[in-house]
Amino acid sequence: MDIIKELKRNNVLGRSGSGFPAHLKWQIVKDCKADKKYIVCNGSEGEPKNFKDKYILKNYPEYVVEGIKQALGVIPKSSAFFYLRKDYYRKFKRRLKKHIKGLPIKLVKKKGGYLAGEETVICEVLEGKNPEPRIKPPYPCYSGVFGFPTLVNNVETFYVAGKIAAKEYSNERFYTVAGDVKNKGVFALDKNSTVKQILEKSGNYPDFDFFVQSGGGAMGEILLPKELNKQVFGIGCVVVFNKKKTDPFELLKEWTSFFLAENCDKCTPCREGIYRIDEIIRSKKMDKEALKDIYFVLEKTSLCPLGRNASVPFKTLIKKIIK
Amino acid sequence: MKFQITINKKKYRAEKGKTILQVCQENNIDIPALCYHSDLDVKASCRMCLVKVRGVKGLVASCSEKIKANMDIITESLEIKKARKINLELLFSQHREECSDCVWNYNCELLRLAKKYNVKINRFVDRKSSYPVYRFGNVIEFDSSKCIDCRNCVEVCHKQGVDFLEVKEKGSLFQVVPSKKKNIDCVYCGQCINHCPAGAFETVDEFENIEKPLKQKNKIVVVQFAPAIRSSIGEEFNLPQGKIVTGKLISALKKAGFNYVFDTCVGADFTTTSEAEEVVKRIKNNKNLPILTSCCPSWVKYIEQRYPKHIKNLSTTKSPQTILGALIKTYWAQENNIDPNKIYVVSIMPCTAKKYEIERPQLKVQGMKSVDYVLTSRELARLLIKKKIDFTKLKPEKADLMFGNPSGAGVIYGATGGVMESAFRTAYEKLTGKTLKNVDFKPVRGMQGIKEAKVKVGSESRKVAVINGLGDAKKFLDQKNLKEYTCIEVMACPGGCIGGGGQPIPTSNEIRIKRAQSLYSLDKQKKVRKAHENPIVKKVYKNYFSQNKEIAHEVLHTSYSKKPKGQVVKL
Repeated sequence: MDIIKELKRNNVLGRSGSGFPAHLKWQIVKDCKADKKYIVCNGSEGEPKNFKDKYILKNYPEYVVEGIKQALGVIPKSSAFFYLRKDYYRKFKRRLKKHIKGLPIKLVKKKGGYLAGEETVICEVLEGKNPEPRIKPPYPCYSGVFGFPTLVNNVETFYVAGKIAAKEYSNERFYTVAGDVKNKGVFALDKNSTVKQILEKSGNYPDFDFFVQSGGGAMGEILLPKELNKQVFGIGCVVVFNKKKTDPFELLKEWTSFFLAENCDKCTPCREGIYRIDEIIRSKKMDKEALKDIYFVLEKTSLCPLGRNASVPFKTLIKKIIK
Repeated sequence: MKFQITINKKKYRAEKGKTILQVCQENNIDIPALCYHSDLDVKASCRMCLVKVRGVKGLVASCSEKIKANMDIITESLEIKKARKINLELLFSQHREECSDCVWNYNCELLRLAKKYNVKINRFVDRKSSYPVYRFGNVIEFDSSKCIDCRNCVEVCHKQGVDFLEVKEKGSLFQVVPSKKKNIDCVYCGQCINHCPAGAFETVDEFENIEKPLKQKNKIVVVQFAPAIRSSIGEEFNLPQGKIVTGKLISALKKAGFNYVFDTCVGADFTTTSEAEEVVKRIKNNKNLPILTSCCPSWVKYIEQRYPKHIKNLSTTKSPQTILGALIKTYWAQENNIDPNKIYVVSIMPCTAKKYEIERPQLKVQGMKSVDYVLTSRELARLLIKKKIDFTKLKPEKADLMFGNPSGAGVIYGATGGVMESAFRTAYEKLTGKTLKNVDFKPVRGMQGIKEAKVKVGSESRKVAVINGLGDAKKFLDQKNLKEYTCIEVMACPGGCIGGGGQPIPTSNEIRIKRAQSLYSLDKQKKVRKAHENPIVKKVYKNYFSQNKEIAHEVLHTSYSKKPKGQVVKL
């Protein structure tokens, strides 16, 4: 089976958030001329309220390893790292080793926080350096770990490759449903599902006034009940909030605390911008002009995707809920 | 290979591999860049150098983006302007302004941009106003409330092989802090000062006490100026980079009120003569080779603290400023019937570590400090401005007799390789008994970090190495077999003293090259180009040192020892 062709035919997009076509990455790394190539399976999910990779590692490790095996097969001179969150490393080490057997796949413990899951930060960590993002380009597919072409894909992306190899893939995607719901969990549903379908099919559609955060538990956008016919992007996480019981300011603070703790403080808009968003929220004097300006520089000028997407939750919550 | 690219609708041809920022700078297209420094890696963190590239989403950091064929670049637009303005306001929100006593002396890039982009510098409350000021030894002050987190200082400190400045996470934010590690200490090279865009670093007393040396009312205040000053101090007064201004400098010092002006290059001639003697002796006895130069106090401190096993290799000859200081308080005082205790010696140095050097107890002569006070080039400029002395309009004057006329060898001390070249000119003649005809020793010149050369002295071929930048020195010590070498010159700062931590800001390789070239051109014009042929050197050796052996030793030599970590005070 030509796995790259299959990834393309199935239109598989990366499942870590950015949604880059998987077959392109695989092809680039395959075609690069180099003495050595690396494959990294990224199992370091860190956004609050999301735990779909944990679910996959617990229930379907064999498919993930099969996916990595496919990559090892198609990319010459390659070896792989299985990069895991510390707790996942502890929990799943033994299970994964069983499936890995003699394959050249090395289990590696994550160093650092949320940002250490970003692909260039992973490259830095694997080289033993501090968990900070690199300037792109060059992209890791051309120059990643120790400057060698490196394929970085999410646990779920490799799971899909494994499923395709086993001829069992049926366009499913894993969605985490969390927040004020009865039936919290991870659900495998069609990859084009809308928020509404996900909530209905998982038995979680609320019977109270609510809003959701769609995408991720920090970076996702806020949607009102009338906006739920949208697909879920990012890491496929849907968080439901009971409108009556939720203090939007507390929620904002939760997010700023997350970003302040997890960003790398390297670039001006993200370091200073989020600090000022936090300050503005806590003062409760919503300086809308300042917020707008900070969103602008975050989106347009941040060094890495964390900063570029950080404005989304603030912008949408303040606009739709706080007003 | 060259590409055609378009910048602001105009066509340019640009070399492959260059960044957009480099091409724009070469063509005088103004792009603000704060964290960018040509000496350092591209960090792309200040997010000020943003430009628009047609076909690329969002804005692009021009410092990190390399040019591609047919790239279509816009450097000014409403969107770009807005992004730069807001990011600048955010940068100002972490920078406590204290413009009146800033090393940038109102030539500050932050201020220039604030005007250009119509920035409200106090839009947000300074978040760092309670951040501490640290003082490293008696030399450097780091005011962390001015830091804009570009981390140039941390990088340059690492590049220097020192790693004294670190980034530490405090709460949810990172801060630059001095290391608490026991064996990691500041060597006072001052490169953090030269590479900080925000003026967060300065020397101790740079603003508060610059007039102190002139307030020694009942003393005879004698000033000496280092080789590197003559081709750099003009920059502080907007004269061309590297311009030779020796005469104006002397005239300025006299106007400022110093009673006598001497040239440290003459001290360098003594250093060379003594060091060459040491080389000869060590070669003869085959002991403590290679000899390591010791004029650079940062390097000496680095060896004493991190490589004590090489202390025995350091030349025991003192540095030019301390030899000349010692001579002033002994020979010159005696010749002029002056009570040496009435003399106050001030050095104008390109160097911050010289402030530390003069406090070394091993440098005392007859119980006196050989130099009483050190002003850096920047500090002298500030003093002259404060005294309203218009440097550019001054009529050149000559330095005072006795220690006013150096050899060419003494002048090139200010550039990397200069000490080696000078020592070679003298040692060669002492070893072979022959006259050295071609005095130029070109392989040791230039800005390359590590330079090696083989020299033929008589029948023997000997290896020498010249290193500028402590980071390269560390690499050299860690990787090379030192026993293969006879002499190794090390200067802590890039380019040697002309790139010193006390020198005018900004600095770059290009600027350092110009400053060095000027020194070599001065050397070329000199009749006497060998240190030991300088008449005053001959005279002092013949009439004074030979009769006062003990004093001679005190004037010329010092000692070294393992050192504990210096003091770091939080102010």
